[in-house]
Amino acid sequence: MTDATATAAPATDTRRAGRFLYLAGVVVLCAWVIVPIYFLLVNTLSSPDTVNSFPKPFIPDFDLGSLAFFAKFAGMLTALKNSVIVAGMTMILSILIGAPAGYALSRFDFAGKELFRLLILLTRAFPLPLLALPLAVFFIRTGLDDTTFGLALVHTTLALPFAVLITFSLFSGIPIELEEAAWTLGCTRVTAFTKVVLPLILPGITASAIFAFVISWNEVFAAAVLTIENRTLTAFLLQNLDTSPLHLKFAGGFILVVPALIFIFAVRKYLFAMWGIANR
Amino acid sequence: MAEIQIKNVAKTFGSYTALHDINLTIADQEFMVLLGASGCGKTTLLRIVAGLETATTGEVWIGGRRVDHLAPKDRGIAMVFQNYAVFPHLTVFENIGFGLRMQKLPNDQVKRRVERVATLMHIEQLLKRYSGELSGGQRQRVAVARALAMEPDVILMDEPLSNLDALLRMEMRAELKGVLAESKTTAIYVTHDQVEAMSMADRISVMHQGKIVQAATPIEVYRNPAAEFVAGFIGNPPMNFLRAEPAGEGKWKVAGQVLDGPSTGKGPLQFAIRPEDIDPADQGLTAIAKVVEPLGAHLLVTCEVDGTLFRAVLDSDLQVKPGDKLTLAPQPDRVRWFDPQSTLAVA
Repeated sequence: MTDATATAAPATDTRRAGRFLYLAGVVVLCAWVIVPIYFLLVNTLSSPDTVNSFPKPFIPDFDLGSLAFFAKFAGMLTALKNSVIVAGMTMILSILIGAPAGYALSRFDFAGKELFRLLILLTRAFPLPLLALPLAVFFIRTGLDDTTFGLALVHTTLALPFAVLITFSLFSGIPIELEEAAWTLGCTRVTAFTKVVLPLILPGITASAIFAFVISWNEVFAAAVLTIENRTLTAFLLQNLDTSPLHLKFAGGFILVVPALIFIFAVRKYLFAMWGIANR
Repeated sequence: MAEIQIKNVAKTFGSYTALHDINLTIADQEFMVLLGASGCGKTTLLRIVAGLETATTGEVWIGGRRVDHLAPKDRGIAMVFQNYAVFPHLTVFENIGFGLRMQKLPNDQVKRRVERVATLMHIEQLLKRYSGELSGGQRQRVAVARALAMEPDVILMDEPLSNLDALLRMEMRAELKGVLAESKTTAIYVTHDQVEAMSMADRISVMHQGKIVQAATPIEVYRNPAAEFVAGFIGNPPMNFLRAEPAGEGKWKVAGQVLDGPSTGKGPLQFAIRPEDIDPADQGLTAIAKVVEPLGAHLLVTCEVDGTLFRAVLDSDLQVKPGDKLTLAPQPDRVRWFDPQSTLAVA
């Protein structure tokens, strides 16, 4: 009995220390993400005077002036519309092209399959600035420059590797026997896909689509280089905020960050799942 | 009427030959078991009949119709998979009714047929559940019910009981046999479990290295194995083999004893006898007991005869200790002979 208590005491100490480290880690990580966003929020909802003053209040004075300014800012709504259109097209294109590739990778054996998987990843190793000039020239020649479709094509190439790899792991998670069972129960390859595979992967596909949307939404370099009139929100803000006062920079940043945050938050479960962490 | 004919079916994967020229006819309403160790080609053959795999050469006929060029859905078959393949996004009801919905049957008819097979498989209380809420045995029942609901000509089963625990497997074995006999469908059942094969089959096809070694009734396969492989594979413990040297016309010398045997053949043969067909006697093979295992009903004695391992199932009242010298007489009508060259049985 005495032995048990003697050995139990240090064990509790170790456990307490471990728990402390764990909590400290959680706090630091949360602060890492939340503090910048918090400042962004506070400054966005403050009046220009408060933004430039010091020290700053922790609770914003809910001055919607900066945001109201953006709502009325010329070209703002068009840029927002362009962003949504480009991101929407990117989303659709990358799923339409990426999902069949993911299906093929998971279900069929073909020569060069491993090489193909490697090449998909290698497309991400190519720096976009290197491609920007030839791409711009090519777009001007084909008349794709300064169009939302042209930009969506570029964003699709950026989002495609993720779409292929995410859908590949989604399809691989579905036993082939489910499809085979459907075939023996009266399905063709197509109906087996729509009746069995699709319902099972739809949530994952949605997540993958939203991920593609966010990639396009956040992309600024190609958008800035390839568009002039039809700027997306990122390119538009980058161009205009450079010379804007501080409170408008905060508000602009806020407008960019919030939708991306909301989208990622909505699909977080699936983004974890594709890295094999979550419990689906 | 759904007789299955497999004609000259062969299957190669690259340079590997999975099936060599298989010929097999399965009668209408027959329960055929494909039995063999893993990798013998039994599942490949089943999948070729199902249409999930294409044969490299050969033909498959079901009910007098050539089907090897048809999709699985047009062959009049239903299949039960080893891992059940119950659709996780549908309820048990919709799983069982899946094939009927694909046939666009009216709702009331779907309901009637689903409820009938659910009652048959004792899962009528589970119809509203999802696959994730079922145990392995219940999923197995759903998979069988889904196949039966199709009212197929042919039902194909790929090791359907191998994922169940031993007790459940024994229970399902008897139940499945009864249900299938009732449904009057032709069945092909793949298994590596010889007890399952013996107890369920009308006929067993023993497969080995991509060939059917013997296709016969369970008793025939057990009593008269067509090849050494069958003799060594079926039965627990399997048959005993001893070398037999020719000793005159129709006489063979086995472990120092001269026995009557086939009058054909010049070279040595393999003498074979089942462990339970051996009795202690005054005259016979001299055996030294090595291991004695009392199994309750019997005594399994592993001994050495002529330098070869030899098993005998003896009466449990017999007093035998390791090291004892026994005289064992094989029952003459149960002795079988194999040609060591061709490994086939010699009459």
